[in-house]
Amino acid sequence: MTPKRKRRLMMVLLIVLGVGTAATLALTAFNKNLMFFYSPSQIAAGEAPKNRYFRAGGMVQEGSLKRDKDGLTVRFVIHDNEKNLTVAYKGILPDLFREGQGIVAQGKIASDGVFIASEVLAKHDENYMPPEVAAAMKPKGIDKKPKGQ
Amino acid sequence: MWKAIKRLTSFKNFYRFSGKLLPWFGAITLVLFLTGLYWGLVIAPIDYLQKDSYRILYIHVPAAWMSLFVYIVMAASGAIHLVWKTKLSEVIANSCAPIGATFTFLALVTGAIWGQPTWGTWWVWDARLTSELVLLFLYIGYMALHSAIEDRASAARAAAILAIVGLVNIPIIHFSVNWWFTLHQVASISVGKGSSLHPSMYWPLMVMTAAFKFYFATVLMMTARNEILERDQNSNWVREEEKNL
Repeated sequence: MTPKRKRRLMMVLLIVLGVGTAATLALTAFNKNLMFFYSPSQIAAGEAPKNRYFRAGGMVQEGSLKRDKDGLTVRFVIHDNEKNLTVAYKGILPDLFREGQGIVAQGKIASDGVFIASEVLAKHDENYMPPEVAAAMKPKGIDKKPKGQ
Repeated sequence: MWKAIKRLTSFKNFYRFSGKLLPWFGAITLVLFLTGLYWGLVIAPIDYLQKDSYRILYIHVPAAWMSLFVYIVMAASGAIHLVWKTKLSEVIANSCAPIGATFTFLALVTGAIWGQPTWGTWWVWDARLTSELVLLFLYIGYMALHSAIEDRASAARAAAILAIVGLVNIPIIHFSVNWWFTLHQVASISVGKGSSLHPSMYWPLMVMTAAFKFYFATVLMMTARNEILERDQNSNWVREEEKNL
């Protein structure tokens, strides 16, 4: 390799290394802001913003879905295997909303500790299978474990 | 050795060699697409949760993979051009940009179409979606920068540096779903963990992935051949090619 090419190769490697380091530092510094939602544990620990809208995410607890008397408001509990958070939502739930499924809700914590959601999004997991396979897996208890929460 | 590489990657040799490959690559692309689409959209079973709407992944996932792959090819060609000043690498890098931008756009659009019924929203600013959008801007920025500079050599150098700087976004896109809480789910298929897609859904996806790869190679050759003809339009070998038409 001629010295000129060697110098240019070093320059290219330097750019990659420099930009890589800068990006790593920046992303580490902004780590919290890059989280799309807060988990119930983080909210319980007081890490979520107060008096401001934020997103909370977790798995919907089995058997926790309840409808209020007005017929519009739904209440359910989300969890991350450690802490629970009750969510109240007035509106239409997405098609994929089910107990045991991950969701992300936007809203605010009310004074009684209930999360008042203005929007509920279903979080899909990475598993894809035909209905027969899903039905066969259920009774054996090989159900998906909560991931990415 | 250096002389041999120079000769093999000369415009004339690339043009003639790719001319021989093109019909084969085109045919393979077509067969793979027809097989993959029929297998994925008709034969593959429905998903237990999403029913038929999951089938968009047969376009979305290969397009998203290709958007990253093409960028790596583009940045690597740009780097090779920066260091060794080879002509062909410059042409390859330039040809990658519009193709990669198209794959990125396709991944974003199919993702939005899938997100509306599945998540309940077309778009969210989570780490995966946002970084993929940045990738689209990088491709567009590459093309804009390249065409904004009049002098061909400086344009190629500036665009190559932009491509190399943007390379940092590739691992961010790939790992965004693991590093941060995102609405986008984690990868269904990864090298270490295997696949969480049922085999009856996994194999058509692999066919579609191969189809996209061959499509990329075919379109890349076609685009590069165009640019080569334009650059060498006054040379003897292009006149010879013209006579043979």
